[in-house]
Amino acid sequence: MTPNAWIQMGLFVLVLVALVKPLGAFMARVYEGQPCGLDKPLGSLEQLTYRAAGIKPDQPMTWKTYAVALLLFNLLGGVAVYALQRLQGFLPLNPEHLGAVSPDLAWNTAISFISNTNWQSYNGETTMSYLTQMLALTVQNFVSAATGMAVLVALIRGIRGKQTDNLGNFWVDLVRSTLYILLPLSFVLALLLVSQGVVQTFAPYKKVPLLQPVSYVQSTTGAGGKTNNKTVWVKHQVLPLGPAASQIAIKQLGTNGGGFFGVNSAHPFENPNPLSNFLEVLAILLIPASLCYTFGRMVGDTRQGWAIFAAMLIIFVPLMVGCVWAEHAGNPKLAALGVNQSPSALMSGGNMEGKETRFGVTDSAIWATATTAASNGSVNSMHDSYTPLGGLVPMWLMELGEVIFGGVGSGLYGMLMFVIVAVFIAGLMVGRTPEYLGKKIEAFEMKMATICVLVPPALVLVTAAIACVTVMGTSAIENPGAHGFSEILYWASSVGNNNGSAFAGLGTNAPFYNIAGGVLMWVSRYFLIVPTLALAGSLAKKKRIPVSSGTLPTHDALFTAWLVATVVLIGALTFLPALALGPIVESLHLWH
Amino acid sequence: MAAKSNSLFNGAIARRAVLESFKKLDPRIQVRNPVMFVVYIGSMLTSVLFIQALFGHGEARPGFILAVSLWLWFTVLFANFAEAMAEGRGKAQADTLRRARRDTPAKKLTQARRDAPVQTVSATTLRKDDIILAEAGDLIPADGEVIEGVASVDESAITGESAPVIRESGGDRSSVTGGTRVLSDWLIIRVACNPGETFLDRMIAMVEGAKRQKTPNEIALNILLAKLTIIFLLATATLLPFSIYAVNAAGHGAPVTLTVLVALLICLIPTTIGGLLSAIGIAGMDRMIQKNVIATSGRAVEAAGNVDVLLLDKTGTITLGNRQAVSFIPAKGVTVEQLADAAQLSSLADETPEGRSIVVLAKERYKLRGRELSSLHAEFIPFTAQSRMSGVDFDGRKIRKGAADAIAAYVTELGGEMGASVKTAVDEISRRGGTPLAVADGPKVLGVIELKDIVKGGIKERFLQLRRMGIKTVMITGDNPLTAAAIAAEAGVDDFLAQATPETKLKLIREYQQGGRLVAMTGDGTNDAPALAQADVAVAMNSGTQAAKEAGNMVDLDSNPTKLIEVIESGKQLLMTRGSLTTFSIANDVSKYFAIIPAIFVGIYPAMGRLNIMHLATPGSAIMSAVIFNALIIIVLIPLALRGVKYRPMPAGKLLLQNILLYGVGGLIVPFIGIKLINMVLVAMHLA
Repeated sequence: MTPNAWIQMGLFVLVLVALVKPLGAFMARVYEGQPCGLDKPLGSLEQLTYRAAGIKPDQPMTWKTYAVALLLFNLLGGVAVYALQRLQGFLPLNPEHLGAVSPDLAWNTAISFISNTNWQSYNGETTMSYLTQMLALTVQNFVSAATGMAVLVALIRGIRGKQTDNLGNFWVDLVRSTLYILLPLSFVLALLLVSQGVVQTFAPYKKVPLLQPVSYVQSTTGAGGKTNNKTVWVKHQVLPLGPAASQIAIKQLGTNGGGFFGVNSAHPFENPNPLSNFLEVLAILLIPASLCYTFGRMVGDTRQGWAIFAAMLIIFVPLMVGCVWAEHAGNPKLAALGVNQSPSALMSGGNMEGKETRFGVTDSAIWATATTAASNGSVNSMHDSYTPLGGLVPMWLMELGEVIFGGVGSGLYGMLMFVIVAVFIAGLMVGRTPEYLGKKIEAFEMKMATICVLVPPALVLVTAAIACVTVMGTSAIENPGAHGFSEILYWASSVGNNNGSAFAGLGTNAPFYNIAGGVLMWVSRYFLIVPTLALAGSLAKKKRIPVSSGTLPTHDALFTAWLVATVVLIGALTFLPALALGPIVESLHLWH
Repeated sequence: MAAKSNSLFNGAIARRAVLESFKKLDPRIQVRNPVMFVVYIGSMLTSVLFIQALFGHGEARPGFILAVSLWLWFTVLFANFAEAMAEGRGKAQADTLRRARRDTPAKKLTQARRDAPVQTVSATTLRKDDIILAEAGDLIPADGEVIEGVASVDESAITGESAPVIRESGGDRSSVTGGTRVLSDWLIIRVACNPGETFLDRMIAMVEGAKRQKTPNEIALNILLAKLTIIFLLATATLLPFSIYAVNAAGHGAPVTLTVLVALLICLIPTTIGGLLSAIGIAGMDRMIQKNVIATSGRAVEAAGNVDVLLLDKTGTITLGNRQAVSFIPAKGVTVEQLADAAQLSSLADETPEGRSIVVLAKERYKLRGRELSSLHAEFIPFTAQSRMSGVDFDGRKIRKGAADAIAAYVTELGGEMGASVKTAVDEISRRGGTPLAVADGPKVLGVIELKDIVKGGIKERFLQLRRMGIKTVMITGDNPLTAAAIAAEAGVDDFLAQATPETKLKLIREYQQGGRLVAMTGDGTNDAPALAQADVAVAMNSGTQAAKEAGNMVDLDSNPTKLIEVIESGKQLLMTRGSLTTFSIANDVSKYFAIIPAIFVGIYPAMGRLNIMHLATPGSAIMSAVIFNALIIIVLIPLALRGVKYRPMPAGKLLLQNILLYGVGGLIVPFIGIKLINMVLVAMHLA
């Protein structure tokens, strides 16, 4: 690995760590209803929203009311996204006259966007009108992220509550997350991105003459089986445009990842240069990382937040280094053919297949790690073309349950489920009924936490198994051999953990993948949210046990290491056999 | 206990356990343990596969399937054996106890008088509130309350303690237990419970584990283990379709066989902890019994581990039994002889050790001889928890002695007052940690008796240990706050409740519980009963009253209040054993993957052979080694499960580090060595 790679990784982690406390503290103030500096410009808008929607902001909610409000809101969102896609042909802001989206794709996309997965079985520029992009997709980019944050805040209130059933008010959490956190951050990021050349326009697609026309031979079979070869000259190219910057900002910040254009952030209009790349990759982890501090602040002990953040970072950094290293190592088969893969002033070196020359190996691999650690899923390079071990990193990060930073809100509440499992075993080992932050972890909590830990891997394994042995599954594979298996496993891991990142190499715009994917995204989002809220409700009702020296400390290095071991071990034990048949055997074949 | 067995493996118990482990193959018993039930099903499935292979349609060599199948059955049997061993020790004790429950004849009285007509009936016909007579040499036929008489009783059948104890009507030594024997004199007893509900019956049920219910933490742990089992079930079951795909992709090899999938599954699911879980629970109760503490439920044992506040009576627990009078300090204008005389008079009928020590001190130092109360026509006023005074009325004199504030209130009522010199003396004694007893004759305060407490040796160190465990100790005493503070400081307790009454005790427990703490206490008297009922862990002394025993959730047969500390340690040990073996069990899986994954895929992808880092001889022997290790580790860990993980008082963080290193890191490394060794043995025996 080059010194440049170390510097890039170091800088990324350093800036991220530096931003955790200020943003985390700010978000804590937003959720506590304390002055946060934006009350003056936005406060009246908040009140107006409540009045217009008939929300009583002081009304407390039990976990059940909270869950019902959340599910109804998401259901309505899903219906709206589905309807807009189906009806876009009749609606304005459709300069390219794109027709109705197919039912299975529209279902897949609707679930995908309300569940904060943002899996895309389509290419934005050839499928979605500007109106659909803005009103359906961008809106969901905001509110699906805000939904995740609301669940987290409800869980925090449950943890710190003292014999209450009040988890706060879903509508208030939703509005405040959107208005005070997501909108201002997106606004700033969108402006920064526009300054770097990301497009933001309602203008129709542009046809431009090519500087260097290209030609190719087209073969057609004429009457009588005669083959006619014809040379076709391409002199023009259509440049897709649109209101991209505004959507990209929230796509990154809200761990959505659904690109405006088909190739996502590898597209020059979405991500034109290394600076925009740095801002976008930072935006992926910014909120999930900072929420750790928010958590610590809100439970009254910031050390608790730092411990979880440290655990995430301890898993993230080695995997990032591993991915960058694997890509820098390049492809020994190409090396055997005499291809130069060493870094120099003019090229990044390493495995450049599927990567943009303006980003090179390092920036691509950092992005691949960050986008799968968080449940973002946007890409700036094609993960399908990574070396086997380089591709294993993003795949495994998703399989860990999207808890290494994870989705906004959802990553931390998912991690807290692992914390509960870790606390349970560790608590027994010190000879006391396990407790976390003064709350006893008993049978009901274990049931809910283990459901949250169990559901995603179960979904991934079962769906991948079905896809492996059925024609509808295997017919989509574009690469034979073990790599084809990796493609299926990656797809299942991505939709089964609400990531939305695509390995590519798998033709997923087919009824089986669209429908199964939709089901997976739906289950892995809402079958985790409901038990999480139930757990919050149960914790809120409990007494808070005072801390003594017999209490298991959950803020120190030992517990952090224990948490890391729990997450890694469960993730490894669940997926090692499957990974062995995919990336691991691929790697064994590549290097011998 | 009469049949106290200290060795873990007693031959008779082990023999019975072997038989029991086969009896426990009943599916109705197996289904109670989800993890082991999966092993059970796996054993049956592989047996069927073996039979199929015998007839030539097998998926693998019959010998291999048979070997896997046999070792899976061994895994089930080993787990059954562990449970049977744990139960065996209890059963042996129950048998001894049962011998004490012979059908004894009972002398039923028609009236509660010694000379009432006696009717001899069988003990089994006795009902609650029947009145019975027990004379020297009789076995007491049922639990009850002594309503008349004093007798020495041999309780060794219950407590294992051969020294006889005194049982008498009234006071805190009035309860008798069925199965014990009257050695001298006689007792008239009111039967306290119907047949089948006696203390002995409950004790037999407890030690046999017949009524054992899963404790809250055990239920939560079972949920975790069941969910892990589901995860591993999916991880292995999906390997069949995955391997079918791989075979198609590679163009050669064969998909994973069912036998191998079952073997992998059993290796991965937490069988070590699953197989030992119930043995750990039973052994935890059993360890309590070894310490002569009978818990009414496993829940109580588990709760003991969670205790964070310990209420300890000062007398007998923190201080050596009794306070002794050491000096008389007269009030201004009163001679020391006058004071000593009044103090002695007030104490003549006071049978408490303090009272006796006052009489003795007055006699030794001031040559005052004890007088016969009856000759003085005096009326003795006994001590009550409310008045906190005792005394004597005679010749128109009203002599009272008691707590300084109680006496002050008493004399104020009669128009007198406590002089400044007396108050100074009271404060002075209290500051020294002594107990001042004021003596008044009518409205006039004569002076103060100084009583002194002797703090038990070594108790301070015990409290320090408790503090390190995060347990707060609270001393309960009837003394005034100053005295209490001085003794508290000397003994090293964290807090004290002075001038305690049953009401303030109960209030204190409720306050702690409201603050989220778990409270443990010991008690013996009837007035302790409400507090015992309220406390989370309540150890009643066997010497105590029936009411106290009913209210508590444990009974200490040795009646040793300090034992509460051991009870807490046992509770912690129980939880720690479960947690540590869970960690060990899961950590073991890493090495099993390294043994089995290369073995099952090397036929499809030969490159997988490079992951065989243990260099196991053949794929078949690699799988067998993992399966055998998985079964044998249960047997190896039975002593640990029965004995419990070692507990030493230290802060939770340190304890966690120690157990993670031992059972987590150890659990990662040990199976690598174990599997390799078993593989070498298989090779040496030409079985590989």
